[in-house]
Amino acid sequence: MSDWIGTIFSAWTVVVAVLFVVIVLWAWSSRRKQDFDEAARLPLEADDDSSAR
Amino acid sequence: MADTQTYNYHVVRQFALMTLIWGVVGMLVGVIIAAQLCWPQLNFDIPYLTFSRLRPLHTNAVIFAFGGCALFSTSYYVVQRTCHARLLSDGLAAFTFWGWQLVIVLAALSFPLGITTGKEYAELEWPIDILITLVWVSYAIVFFGTIVKRKVKHIYVANWFFGAMIITIAVLHLVNSAEIPVTLTKSYSAYAGVQDAMVQWWYGHNAVGFFLTAGFLGMMYYFIPKQAGRPVYSYRLSIVHFWALIFTYIWAGPHHLHYTALPNWTQSLGMVMSIILLAPSWGGMINGIMTLSGAWHKLRTDPVLRFLIVSVSFYGMSTFEGPMMSIKTVNALSHYTDWTIGHVHSGALGWVAFVSMGCLYYLIPRLYGREIYSLKLVETHFWISTFGIVLYITSMWVAGIMQGLMWRAVNPDGTLTYSFVESVAAMHPFFIIRLLGGVMFLGGTLIMVYNMFKTIAGSKLVTASIPAPATAH
Repeated sequence: MSDWIGTIFSAWTVVVAVLFVVIVLWAWSSRRKQDFDEAARLPLEADDDSSAR
Repeated sequence: MADTQTYNYHVVRQFALMTLIWGVVGMLVGVIIAAQLCWPQLNFDIPYLTFSRLRPLHTNAVIFAFGGCALFSTSYYVVQRTCHARLLSDGLAAFTFWGWQLVIVLAALSFPLGITTGKEYAELEWPIDILITLVWVSYAIVFFGTIVKRKVKHIYVANWFFGAMIITIAVLHLVNSAEIPVTLTKSYSAYAGVQDAMVQWWYGHNAVGFFLTAGFLGMMYYFIPKQAGRPVYSYRLSIVHFWALIFTYIWAGPHHLHYTALPNWTQSLGMVMSIILLAPSWGGMINGIMTLSGAWHKLRTDPVLRFLIVSVSFYGMSTFEGPMMSIKTVNALSHYTDWTIGHVHSGALGWVAFVSMGCLYYLIPRLYGREIYSLKLVETHFWISTFGIVLYITSMWVAGIMQGLMWRAVNPDGTLTYSFVESVAAMHPFFIIRLLGGVMFLGGTLIMVYNMFKTIAGSKLVTASIPAPATAH
């Protein structure tokens, strides 16, 4: 009984580790660069709260 | 309808002001119990004022009342402004405010009366646990509902951190608060023995990891770019930072149970995951601090920005110290000593409180349409509180390491060199230095309250309109 649960846990660990590598590769892919640059400016450009001062 | 064209600032203001008030209350109780450790007769032999009852009041007040209100306030502000949408429901948002205040008041009444589950940071009894659940589910509905109705395509990274905090705290609270009620004011944990201990510290460490870290990182990712006027250093790093933190934090709990009945492999796993945590923690710290690259001069002239950046520096320090203390051989010395208390406070005062204060100095003037009454007082607050933190953590380092060494010292014949009470007596001067540090930190907070009161006085409430969709996407 504890065998299959161990197998599931081990498989999950591998899945999550691979998933993390995929996330890193995705985040650093050059295709994403423009979108991310835009997203980084989101709070600065489209969110002008100076009128509220 | 005007309501759909403006942001809900009302609930943000309510939580912002209560952050200040609960901050003073929680820190004052902290100062009182620090004084009791120096002079035990300060409990005046009144059961309601004993250290054992006031200590959970202090921890709950600063974490859930001060920290909690800061999280509600900033997350409601950030999610609206980065989604270009008013909160999903004003009524439900108001319920989260009044419900959360009721939880805090009930905590302040039940702890001095000695009503407690005995689980650290989860001491509240079962009826209050149910109220917390209702408030938290409403919070989740309001927060995620606002994200769903956003007018902007992208979900800004700060909201990811706030969202992770809300989801994880819900899971932690439900699992760790599983208990069997016996009377209205007494329940017993659904778990027994070492399982109970493991569930408790899985909860306890992730309360640190998600309530006191992820949520406050959400603040960092919005308010540092705003105050510095620059985009975050690396948006890619922020994504990797987020997932790395999510994947690793949840495993670190067993380091609270080194050298206990917990299986040895579980302890070692907790230690390894805690050390791995250094990487995402420092990734986040670098991302926050480097946001200032090219604009370092602003630190000289802007005390609000200094609060934010110094808070991230303290975050870096305490997330280095934490993994180090999770190493079993180090923990053998540090565990059960005041070193742990010093570590917690370098995170709690240096990181959590400082970043919250920086955010409030940014928020309150904008919520009330005023400039800060006195930047000079912000400066004074910063220096008094910073010196207070330094006194606090250095005295606890010395006290903790001395305690650990005295407890483990043995004579050649195998008997203990020091009795326990000798180690207590040796703490006395350091407890007084710690009290001084705490008084200074509280003093800084009182200066802030005065400054904010003067800022608000006579102001009119700001109603901010939501930008037209054309500018969004």
